[in-house]
Amino acid sequence: MNRALLLFLRGLRDGSPIGAGYFAVSFAFGIQAREALLTVFQTGLLSGTNLTSAGQFAGLGVIEAGASLLTMALTQLVINLRYCLMSCALSQRLAHKAPFWHRFFIACGVTDEIFAVSIASPGPIRPAYFYGLTAVSWPGWVGGSVLGALAGDFLPADVTHALTMALYAMFVAIVVPAAKADRRVLLVALAAIVLSTACAFAPWVKALSEGMRIVLVTLVVAGAAATFFPLREAADAR
Amino acid sequence: MHAETSIWLYIAVMAGVTYAIRLLPLLILRREIRNVWFRSFLHYVPYATLTAMTVPAALMGDLHLLSGLLGLATAGLLSYLGRNLLLSAAAASLAVWLAESLF
Repeated sequence: MNRALLLFLRGLRDGSPIGAGYFAVSFAFGIQAREALLTVFQTGLLSGTNLTSAGQFAGLGVIEAGASLLTMALTQLVINLRYCLMSCALSQRLAHKAPFWHRFFIACGVTDEIFAVSIASPGPIRPAYFYGLTAVSWPGWVGGSVLGALAGDFLPADVTHALTMALYAMFVAIVVPAAKADRRVLLVALAAIVLSTACAFAPWVKALSEGMRIVLVTLVVAGAAATFFPLREAADAR
Repeated sequence: MHAETSIWLYIAVMAGVTYAIRLLPLLILRREIRNVWFRSFLHYVPYATLTAMTVPAALMGDLHLLSGLLGLATAGLLSYLGRNLLLSAAAASLAVWLAESLF
């Protein structure tokens, strides 16, 4: 069998748990997108072109608030800034002989999970393998969103209500194990809880949109953490 | 700007900004970032962001405060015990559904 095809199939195999996970989470996203008055098609388009949970989720808040496009751009920039680091790391690991144009397509699939799986694979990363990971994750994310948006109109209100917790639970499930393993991450999370709650009630600050408050808290907390707990070793940065 | 910005424009901005963040480093930065502060900052960003998105938002929406707390506690406990993401999310939603039915 063709070597690229084999790598692609291996990517499909390694990425299928990501696809399944995405499906469940984006189902909840789809329901919430309908509540933010997006059509089913717009929900699918949003998920298909963004492929990111936190950014899309925050984006819904910006849309619901009717905030400016600049607010939207800033919110996305800060919340998705971590992809910048991942792309930097990926650029070091991509197979050297892979043609440059592949980078335009690889960029489409840079998410926390796809990055984690691809970077954990031994040796240089071949585009075909990365495409396999993306090709099985993307339909899960988009399909879940569309089905969630469709089902949101039919499911009883108490069920859709309860499912809004799914996305928050996923965020918790990302932060808690990291906080358990690293005290600095625990402090970051605790500081973010305190500051973000304070911002929601403080006079003046609470007038900002939710997206901008998240940006503000992120900049302050991550900035302070970088100042007081700089990463010492390369291994620290995962 | 008109108060009612089109959803299509929002989607276009989101997609454009997010793609640019992913693409630009792949095109421009051929070598690793050396600046320790910036590396550290980027390392902490996801945890600060995800936490700030969850608290207090999960407790201030349509859900009852207690069911919100119960959902977060369920997710927190299960993920602390090393259960996978999917199970944590499902159990937290179930807990919220049960709590909402009671209150």
